[in-house]
Amino acid sequence: MQQGGGAEGQAAEEWRRPDGRAADELRPLRLEVGVLENAEGSAYGEQGRGKILVAVYGPTEVHPRHMEHVDRLTMLCRYHMAPFSTEERRRPQPTRRDIELSKVIREALEAAVLTERFPRSMLKIFIEVLEAAGGTRCLGITLASLALANAGIPMRDLVVGCAAGKYKGRIVLDLSEEEDKEGEADMAVAIMPSLNRIVLLQMDGELTREEFFQALDLAIEGCRRIHKMQVEAIKRKLQEGLALTPPTEEKE
Amino acid sequence: MSLTPVLPRINKLREQEIRTALRQGIRIDGRGFDEYRSIQVTTGVVSQAEGSANALIGGTRVMAGVKIGLATPYSDQPNMGVLIVNAEFVPLASPTFEPGPPDENAIELARVIDRGIRSSKVILLEEYAPLPGKRVYVFFIDIYVLDHLGNLLDTAALASIAALYTAKIPKVEVVGDEVSLNRSVTESIRTSALPITVTVAKVFDHLLVDPNLEEELLAEARIAITTTERDTICAVQKMGSGAFTRQEIEECVELAFKCRPKIEEALRLAIGHA
Repeated sequence: MQQGGGAEGQAAEEWRRPDGRAADELRPLRLEVGVLENAEGSAYGEQGRGKILVAVYGPTEVHPRHMEHVDRLTMLCRYHMAPFSTEERRRPQPTRRDIELSKVIREALEAAVLTERFPRSMLKIFIEVLEAAGGTRCLGITLASLALANAGIPMRDLVVGCAAGKYKGRIVLDLSEEEDKEGEADMAVAIMPSLNRIVLLQMDGELTREEFFQALDLAIEGCRRIHKMQVEAIKRKLQEGLALTPPTEEKE
Repeated sequence: MSLTPVLPRINKLREQEIRTALRQGIRIDGRGFDEYRSIQVTTGVVSQAEGSANALIGGTRVMAGVKIGLATPYSDQPNMGVLIVNAEFVPLASPTFEPGPPDENAIELARVIDRGIRSSKVILLEEYAPLPGKRVYVFFIDIYVLDHLGNLLDTAALASIAALYTAKIPKVEVVGDEVSLNRSVTESIRTSALPITVTVAKVFDHLLVDPNLEEELLAEARIAITTTERDTICAVQKMGSGAFTRQEIEECVELAFKCRPKIEEALRLAIGHA
């Protein structure tokens, strides 16, 4: 158990993830772009049991006025969990966790958005967790960057999130809720995959230095796999748009 | 809900000065990139609190108080004592602090310190559940920021750990289903770690430990890394709207372990665990 990632030999048969996945296997993931009518941009995603909906509104005028920046965009981000998203009902008021996550997610997305292109403007990002199943901040970021792309907001790169951690002595990818609760460590990572930059990094639990970087690299690898799906999701939306464009000959 | 903050601006000439100095390997206050400001910790500063401490890193001053009582445990952790960390950014500490409930910065700081304490098991919460499921100890750590000159997180972490380590924990008396605290009989904390938090700021692509206020305002991003004496990492938080490379994270982790001994020494001096 002390060894972490290198316990292959002795405990290979004993060790098993609750859902039977391999240590470096992601949960089934589905991403969909442009799902809401009102929002400028939106995205929906499912990861295992988890379900998250993200909407982007703006750019608009800044409200409240004193939050205006003369040289760049003001970004508003709200991460929120629906009262019915967890086993026990949550009170709908934002928790301290929601407030912290809203902040780190905003900061992660701000690294990618070309904020200097929108002085005196405001962009609103709403992340609603409809069903929680572990790794919601990472999926929330992945979807938020899709919704931003869908809204046509210029970005340096997409942002993609994925978690890694330590479960029963081994470094594993994309922890489920159960693994997060019982595991020894949890790490949330978000990157800009083409620029190779880390924009979100949070960890708790206890890891040796070696395990820490093993988990970090595994999470980055997970981000890269999810990034491919992100690109596919955007392509699907664009193709759908093309298919809906009425053929020119019909116009007379 | 989180909004891009409107922060005080650093004068362009000053910014240029800081940038030029960094390029020459010098920080604006004369420190090396891996050098902390002077560290001072004093304990037992508030007699009404079961534990208390004052921590100073340079001019940044944070007080922490520990209050102890009994409470009903959380339903998902019936066999454990309860730990609650709260931070107040008191308006007297900075022109940028407003009166009112903790903002996102105060909440983030408290939660990062909470994770460092919980993950490393500074306090063995499972040993503080006299009546599991019914009555357990509750430890409140209240962090009070008194003067903000940069790097609140490391200073607050030091104050919190010092206050907790020197807390006089009242003994519990159990009579049937009745539990009470006997405040005249106390014992010291049952602990298994001494975590230290080191914050590194990325300023014009240079990595600087213990950023002062100006460096913090100019930083693209910061990362707080909490380590234990077991050579492990027990909490990490990236802050700010910028990015790090994988290589930079590695350097930051190195810096966290490199700076640890000096901070640990100041802390051990204050808590009397040589």
